[in-house]
Amino acid sequence: MNIIVCVRRAPKTDARIKAGPDGKNYDPAGVEYDISEYDKFAIEAGLLLKEKLGGKVTAISVGPKDVSRDLRNVIAMGADAATLLVSDAAHDPWATASALAAKIKALGFDIVFCGQTSVDSQSAQTAPILAELLGVPCATVATGLEVADNKATVQREIDGGKREKYVLKLPAVISCQKGLNKPRSASMKGIMNAKKAVIEEIPANAPANLVNVLKMDMPPPRPAGKIVGEGPDAAKKLVELLRNEAKVI
Amino acid sequence: MANDVLVYIEFKDGKPTKAGLQALGAGANLAKSLGGSAIALVAGNGLDAEAATLGAYGAAKTLLASGDAFAQYSPDAVAKLISNQAQATSAVAVLASATSAGKDFLPRAAAISKAGLASDIVDLRAEGGKPVAVRPVYAGKARVSVQASGTLFASLRPNVFPTPAQGGGNTPVTPVTVAFGLADLRALVSEIVAGAAGKLDVAEAEIVCSGGRGMKDPATDGKQNWANLEKLAQTVGAAVGASRAVVDAGWRPHAEQVGQTGKTVSPKLYIACGISGAIQHLAGMSGSKVIVAINKDPQAPIFKIADYGIVGDVAEVIPALTDAFAHALR
Repeated sequence: MNIIVCVRRAPKTDARIKAGPDGKNYDPAGVEYDISEYDKFAIEAGLLLKEKLGGKVTAISVGPKDVSRDLRNVIAMGADAATLLVSDAAHDPWATASALAAKIKALGFDIVFCGQTSVDSQSAQTAPILAELLGVPCATVATGLEVADNKATVQREIDGGKREKYVLKLPAVISCQKGLNKPRSASMKGIMNAKKAVIEEIPANAPANLVNVLKMDMPPPRPAGKIVGEGPDAAKKLVELLRNEAKVI
Repeated sequence: MANDVLVYIEFKDGKPTKAGLQALGAGANLAKSLGGSAIALVAGNGLDAEAATLGAYGAAKTLLASGDAFAQYSPDAVAKLISNQAQATSAVAVLASATSAGKDFLPRAAAISKAGLASDIVDLRAEGGKPVAVRPVYAGKARVSVQASGTLFASLRPNVFPTPAQGGGNTPVTPVTVAFGLADLRALVSEIVAGAAGKLDVAEAEIVCSGGRGMKDPATDGKQNWANLEKLAQTVGAAVGASRAVVDAGWRPHAEQVGQTGKTVSPKLYIACGISGAIQHLAGMSGSKVIVAINKDPQAPIFKIADYGIVGDVAEVIPALTDAFAHALR
């Protein structure tokens, strides 16, 4: 099995975000980063599959040079190799997916795992675009996965708590959702491996963005609310306010 | 026409979805300010009569694709159809709802068309004769206004754009043919696995009642609290939501999680029970129209963004609130 895992580095979810001096991107001052949460489910899916069927897990990311540190962590978790497609630019999903697709085609693949969305840009586009560019089937937002006989059976969440089941012929692209698995921590052996590992770094060569940011701003702050009261006695007054003042019931 | 807006409308049980009508309304408004018209696109079999009624919600005409390729849902079929019709109509913008299906097929359609897609947008307008979409990023901590190099594809967040009022007559329905069948599709739904019957989805509900760590462990001392919350939700017709902490603790399913690594919701009323209000949670629900917080800690950050707060123990306040709602809604 030639398993590819796509990884994005993003500001941590508790980061305070404000617009930067260009008014189009966030101000990176003081922002700490981590691998985007959903990509951890993708990494785990890749590692579990390798443990079951054998093969090689390669992690790929598009980002600035210091993302190699995050890729080293993916190797510490158990990946065999990692490639950083180096770029300092803010790419849209099309540009990111195009850069990834070129490298994945060159590597060859049986299955590609991505996070279902990123915690920063939240576009949820990279996996399906990647599948189109690679010309292979895709299932998004996977919460269940079985791979056997060159087929992936994927369950995905749909609205209303229902789940759809897809059977995809490999090679395929699958985007991973929370609930699919429990991401592991790095092992001692993995950390030793990661120290010696060589992270391949090549220029991303991403095409121009198709979506262009005109400006970034902050949503208007919510006006100050009021404390209706204390304890169960305040319930009646609250319902009156919701009906007569807020007019939502 | 180059100023027309193509809107793909999802149908459920033979009727257009509310989110689909909202997208159509937004598309009609955009088309009007660009000097074009809204074209509705529908896929499915036996929908001719219902497809014509989209005229009452702002469509100037309706394109209907049916046949073998749409007998069974496939995101690939819808994506190919949208991409084909985007080209055939030369639309300036292509819209769909950011439902779980919309988020699945629209990126594929945009990729086939090599067009830029703005996901999960909350505003749409014309600026200098071009469509501009606004979308939240960093789970609502910031937002960006974006434009596409060519045709703008956009998925519209449900419940943010108004559902258009019904008015006017039917549209002509033009059948469109597609040059592919089921056998040409890469991914087909093989089965739908039902969730809990009749459960309202937290992302679609008009009212959400959410519980956090303050509700306590449902396996032990929090059992009654969660039963009370379910009853409150049932009384007001709400979906039950949960904070990340309680989902990670295994108290509630992930499908209910509201916040940065769960669902982003924008109901008309959000009732947060025993939720302190971590930044990741606030990010997922601060777009709610009215926020109510119940927490025993008056210093909890949730009170900073709540419109109305009750300081108190959820064990006492939730049943009292349920009674008060039941009385008021009677």
